[in-house]
Amino acid sequence: MTRAAVLRDFQDRFREDILDFFDKSPKRAYFEINPDALVPAATYIFRDLGARFHIASGVDARTHLEILYHFSIETMNLLISLRVKLDRENPKVDSLANVIKGANWIEREIHELLGIDFPGHPELRRLLLADEWPEGVYPLRQDYQEWDKKAVRDRGV
Amino acid sequence: MSVTLKALLKSPWVFHLATGSCNNCDIEILDCLTPRFDIERFGMKLAGSIRHADVLLVTGSCNRKSMVRVKSIYEQQVPKPCVVVAVGECSMSRGMFVHSYNCPMPLDKYIPVDVYIPGCPPKPEAIIAGVVKLIEKLKGTP
Amino acid sequence: MQKSVISIGPFHPLQEEPEHFSLTVEGETVVDVDVEIGYNHRGIEKLSERRNFEQSTFVIERICGICSTSHPFAYTRAVEDIIPVEAPERAKYIRTIIAEGERVHSHLLWMGLAGHFLGYNTVWMWVWRLREEILDVMEILSGNRNSYAMFKPGGVRRDINPDDIPMALKKIDAIIPTMDRLKKAILDDPVLHARLKGIGILSKEEAINYCALGPTSRASGVDRDVRKNAPYGAYDRVDWDMIVTQKGDVFDKVVVRVLETYESIKIIKTCLQQLPSGEIDLKLKSIPPGEGIGAAEAPRGETFHYVRSDGTNRPVRHKVRAPTFMNLPTCKATVPGSTISDAAIILASIDPCYCCTERMAVCTPGGERIYTGKDLIKMSQDKTEKIKREMGIK
Repeated sequence: MTRAAVLRDFQDRFREDILDFFDKSPKRAYFEINPDALVPAATYIFRDLGARFHIASGVDARTHLEILYHFSIETMNLLISLRVKLDRENPKVDSLANVIKGANWIEREIHELLGIDFPGHPELRRLLLADEWPEGVYPLRQDYQEWDKKAVRDRGV
Repeated sequence: MSVTLKALLKSPWVFHLATGSCNNCDIEILDCLTPRFDIERFGMKLAGSIRHADVLLVTGSCNRKSMVRVKSIYEQQVPKPCVVVAVGECSMSRGMFVHSYNCPMPLDKYIPVDVYIPGCPPKPEAIIAGVVKLIEKLKGTP
Repeated sequence: MQKSVISIGPFHPLQEEPEHFSLTVEGETVVDVDVEIGYNHRGIEKLSERRNFEQSTFVIERICGICSTSHPFAYTRAVEDIIPVEAPERAKYIRTIIAEGERVHSHLLWMGLAGHFLGYNTVWMWVWRLREEILDVMEILSGNRNSYAMFKPGGVRRDINPDDIPMALKKIDAIIPTMDRLKKAILDDPVLHARLKGIGILSKEEAINYCALGPTSRASGVDRDVRKNAPYGAYDRVDWDMIVTQKGDVFDKVVVRVLETYESIKIIKTCLQQLPSGEIDLKLKSIPPGEGIGAAEAPRGETFHYVRSDGTNRPVRHKVRAPTFMNLPTCKATVPGSTISDAAIILASIDPCYCCTERMAVCTPGGERIYTGKDLIKMSQDKTEKIKREMGIK
């Protein structure tokens, strides 16, 4: 299949769920999709198109939270990013860990750093942060405040 | 200076602790053992276990998780007297990670430090010079 | 049979970053492995948001000391991808030379450590002495042994002096005979064949499912390499081969790394000889709002950076993904079923950027034998001795 055919096919399959499409350059394509359609769309790209899953990057865009899932189809040097926009108050999206084993740690990291929930994930526990880190404090959010009174933030010179 | 320390300084055994570093300093410390720099000819050896350490080389920017363990290791397991050497910018003052949310305090707020070796990373020649300076200093004290 | 848990980590005399492995064993066989990380988390993604695009490059370089070029390479490509724009030709060649020099030193470092785990301390010392030669070449070309500080968004910061190139080429040519001896010693040794073949096998299907990267996946028959799939820098202007083997065991991973070192030396020499003249920097004035993605092939696999900008001079979001993040979970597929004496070398074969480090190991539930970190390495070295005796080799 050619690049144009792959993109057209994807747009036809998930017509009702694609909210936006940005064809940035020959190597990059960005789709915004409905969060409920994430697992079927990702499964299609990973299994049927044989793409590689790079990473999911969570972003705090001040009005809402977003996750971008990056896949690349190596035979045609095309990187497809699926964007889901989530509500700030109660962000959650279905877990991909049962479809792609590599997504297990990725979702654990986003969960503890941004506070997004992944229903269906086999074991959503801490990956990076220390045990003494308080619950509910998410460092990568834009409104993160320093909670540690003992921290030393000047160099002492 | 105590007889023990004087005896140990003839051939100090070093142990290396990385508390959240990028590995640059760690590799330069390991490089000191290799044939080009070869600290073994001065009697310095990498100790197999921390209970045999005379000199503690600490690198890294004092990560929360690591420091909990480093503090307990220093207090309970390291036999005194032991000198602590902070190798690299990160262990001196956390370097460019001063504002990181996971590195709250520099090393000398957790455990007492005797020697600071600056550099990012310090070359093996600098590390050897630092340890030699330390030994000279300790030999000079009464 | 009673199960007991052995924990390896987090601090070890052979340094590298601390990491905690927990092996559940039944008798001599490992049945499960769990990894706990976070001893090295420094919050770099948040630090990037405080600095402007050029300053971030220095912080990014210190994510890892061993693959310290791949991170700025991917980051500068991500920032250039926001516009999008490509760096000038001479800058591309210089970036490639630095990246490949780092690959040679990283693979040699790993070979030395693997030699130590197996009991070949002479190999460790020899390989690290050879590694000093390539570090000298990097110091001639860039000024530093480790963090080269050559990259910036839009090109490179410093040029390579043409007077240095003949000396660098001479030093690189002097490395090759020793590499040949090392290659023969490692690849033709019957003890290593008996010790490393057939253990820690990662099948092709598992490698794809876990999204494994770099030599870990190329040893399992998955032909993925960013330098070939999505060429960048000068990789499509130089003739070189991607090394792929099929079996996926520890021996194949060694083979892939040894042969890749030769390809890297070839690339460095060709780039130094064909270095084009011209500008080294685009002198970017401002970055428009948008998103950019950059990837580079580190010695351990693909490094991925995502940068979002809102038109100011600081990134709004910078996501970093190192290759070991995807390779570490593969230990759940390779370690269970092996013996304890093989666990150390299987964990080391993915070349974790936090190398497997051990500390005093503790033993739990059963309260049975206690293994220290040194014991586990000794067990690995003893197994090599046993195989040598069985084969009648001194």
